[in-house]
Amino acid sequence: MSNLDQNIQEAKAQLDAHAVEIVKWHFSPETGSPFWLDWAEKAGWNPAEEISCFDDIIGKFPHFQDEWLRDMPNEIWRPKAYEGRPFSIFETGGTTGMPKQRIGWEDYKIDYSEFSETLDDNHFPRDHYWMMVGPTGPRRLRLSIEHLANVRGCSTYFVDLDPRWVKRLIAGKQFDQARAYMDHVIDQAVTILKNRKVSALFTTPKLLEAMAERMDLIKAGIKGVFCGGTTMDQQYTRFLVEEICEKQIGFVPTYGNTLMGLARHRPFGPENDYSITYHAPQPRAVLRVVDPKKTETLVDYDAWGRVELTTLTKEFFMPRFLERDEAIRRSPWENCPWDGVAEVRPFGAMEKKIVEGVY
Amino acid sequence: MAIPHIPCLRLGDPYVSLNKIEVADYRSGDTMATVSQVNAGVVRRDLKRIDEARAALRKFTTAELVEIGAKAGEIFLNGEVQIGVNGEMQSPQQYVETLSSTSGLPHVMVKRNMDKIHYALSNMQVVLNGLTRGIDLPILDAGVGEQFGTQVCFYPTSKALGLVMPSNSPAVNSLWLPAIALKTPIVMKPGRDEPWTPYRLIQSFIQAGCPKEAFSFYPTDYEGAADILNRCGRALIFGDKSTTDQYANNPAIQIHGPGWSKVLIGEDEIENWEDHIDLIAGSIADNGGRSCVNASAVVVPKYGREIAEALAKKLGPVKPTTVDDPEAKLSGFANPKMGEWIDGAIEADLLEAGCEEMTAKYRDGERKVVTDGGTYLRPTIVYCDSFEHPLANREFLCPYASVVEVPQAEMLNQMGESLVVTAITKDKEFHEALLSSPLIERLNLGPISTMKISWDQPHEGNMFEFLYKRRSIGILAA
Repeated sequence: MSNLDQNIQEAKAQLDAHAVEIVKWHFSPETGSPFWLDWAEKAGWNPAEEISCFDDIIGKFPHFQDEWLRDMPNEIWRPKAYEGRPFSIFETGGTTGMPKQRIGWEDYKIDYSEFSETLDDNHFPRDHYWMMVGPTGPRRLRLSIEHLANVRGCSTYFVDLDPRWVKRLIAGKQFDQARAYMDHVIDQAVTILKNRKVSALFTTPKLLEAMAERMDLIKAGIKGVFCGGTTMDQQYTRFLVEEICEKQIGFVPTYGNTLMGLARHRPFGPENDYSITYHAPQPRAVLRVVDPKKTETLVDYDAWGRVELTTLTKEFFMPRFLERDEAIRRSPWENCPWDGVAEVRPFGAMEKKIVEGVY
Repeated sequence: MAIPHIPCLRLGDPYVSLNKIEVADYRSGDTMATVSQVNAGVVRRDLKRIDEARAALRKFTTAELVEIGAKAGEIFLNGEVQIGVNGEMQSPQQYVETLSSTSGLPHVMVKRNMDKIHYALSNMQVVLNGLTRGIDLPILDAGVGEQFGTQVCFYPTSKALGLVMPSNSPAVNSLWLPAIALKTPIVMKPGRDEPWTPYRLIQSFIQAGCPKEAFSFYPTDYEGAADILNRCGRALIFGDKSTTDQYANNPAIQIHGPGWSKVLIGEDEIENWEDHIDLIAGSIADNGGRSCVNASAVVVPKYGREIAEALAKKLGPVKPTTVDDPEAKLSGFANPKMGEWIDGAIEADLLEAGCEEMTAKYRDGERKVVTDGGTYLRPTIVYCDSFEHPLANREFLCPYASVVEVPQAEMLNQMGESLVVTAITKDKEFHEALLSSPLIERLNLGPISTMKISWDQPHEGNMFEFLYKRRSIGILAA
């Protein structure tokens, strides 16, 4: 058995054990949340007893409905073990009406502390300054980036962008307004860069490009860019690496959201035509690429399918949530010996126009 | 020949994108080429150094660039040019066959379009003379000089000429050709189905000695097209009204939309209408009826039904033949859905009272036909009671025209804007009215086909006046 095969087996065993532990936690009256305890009662089976591995979750749970996160009160998701501890409320997506919310305590710190270990100190120097330009507000990302900077000994400047407003402008074909809003955001970011020392950026691809059009990021002292938020196809990734970062600024793309945490990428470049593969922070979250018409089935490696997310932490259990993304299933990687998701794009991107906005 | 890959050109340097689209044969669907598609950021980034492109052109005199253009015309018409990124070459015959296979134009029409482009390049000095109203070429080089007994001085209005090109007619590329002699680099988004003509032209220019930096060629998306239009300083856009309307009030963007070209017959000539049927039919149907200078309405004071009948009798039997038939008169649709949409739109409006399709009875079948896998629309002549009818002032990408009866005194009030008007009349008062009308871009007085254009008299904007402005100048004598 090769090292990779052995690592794959070990990761699977770790995931199975973790899945059992987390399900027991959420479905035990002493520790579980009202939502899942109530769900189990109505479902007529006891996950705490019947889940013996991760595959059981896939086989026995239906898809998680994210509308529950909008329609149910937040306290219903609080595990009993967290009673008495105020929670953070993080929002996801939405343009109008009541947003979907996830509560949390420490998960984001665990995710981003672990992620910090994957960053290269040359591109993300310790004991310096970061700047985040992107959606802050009620998003987990804002606290996460600050935590990530903090664990590296850094402090962070913030420039906000409200993606809901941008989506509304674009959906309403108010392109001039969307452009003006982006300019407003970039003005603020450029002002910070001109007046303060910043070595690391978190931003979205479009905002990064817009900043680079306004100033020389290398001369401004930027050494690393941590980037996520919207689709980056291969050509666009190549453009960002070769021309925006000029192969000098470290470019770290990520795939993540409020419900998952963040996935890390494996090495990419001209040798693989800039195809980015992400690996979930397993065992806390598991990404599967499934057949959209038969979602219990994985697609073959190197084939397209819909992204399915399962989140497994003591703070939050979310089985088999179908993301609004599609991706290519990739085989395990030595540093993350489990499946990866590559070239992520909005689900149905080839069939319909998706409003992703300027952010 | 292996399937070539057409790269994007970044100030003349080939760039192969990781995103590629396929250009396919309109009948078989076979891939004829793959084409690099770049993101808008590439366009924006390159525009930051577009001054290098102008500087490269400024090393030549206008006369030298005119000469290079003439050589390029010869290469375009008769030479082998590089077409693919791997050194694949393309002969004139391969160009004709390939363009025909992806655009639906029969060979004979591609060759006619080639001839038009060749003519424009071979006669660039005459074209420039017309555009500049006789300014000496050395004055254009210096930007300042004395002519007609007065000081003249010109300055460029833009760093480059942006072009968002169509796919329907190769000869439209002749519109940008003067820009090179006028030392203005071009930044182009080619039509989705027609990279062939601009790429062959660009390679012909480069082979003839023109600096490659003058040519930026970006198959790109909507955002990239918008950047080309908004960031070059001056730009041309081709497209239907819905595409071009948003730029209607922008003087830096010249719109080449529908032509709504027309043939008018005056009351003094209407009794001789039968003498003009061949000319009118040619105005409607030459070049497959795809050009903005094709007539889409015939406006007459009387005998409307008879004229429509005569045109229908002449054009109705026209049907698709083979692509290499020298007598071929119809073009296929690169996108069959476009043909279906046009056919459906005509059928829907025919249901409105006040019109009659005259061609149907001469056509022995449906308007839309599929031959050898290609979709075609056969000629359609519709008699309309008035300009109020939705089919009276429409333009479609096929041989289509309405015939409308309007009293001569009302014609100019009712017909709307027209790119070309051929007015068959000797009536001096009517001439005066036509000459003073702001609704007509090019006016042919007498029985001249709407398709006949004069290279030294631009029918749609003056490229010199678009790219240069005259300034007042004072120079202290030494």
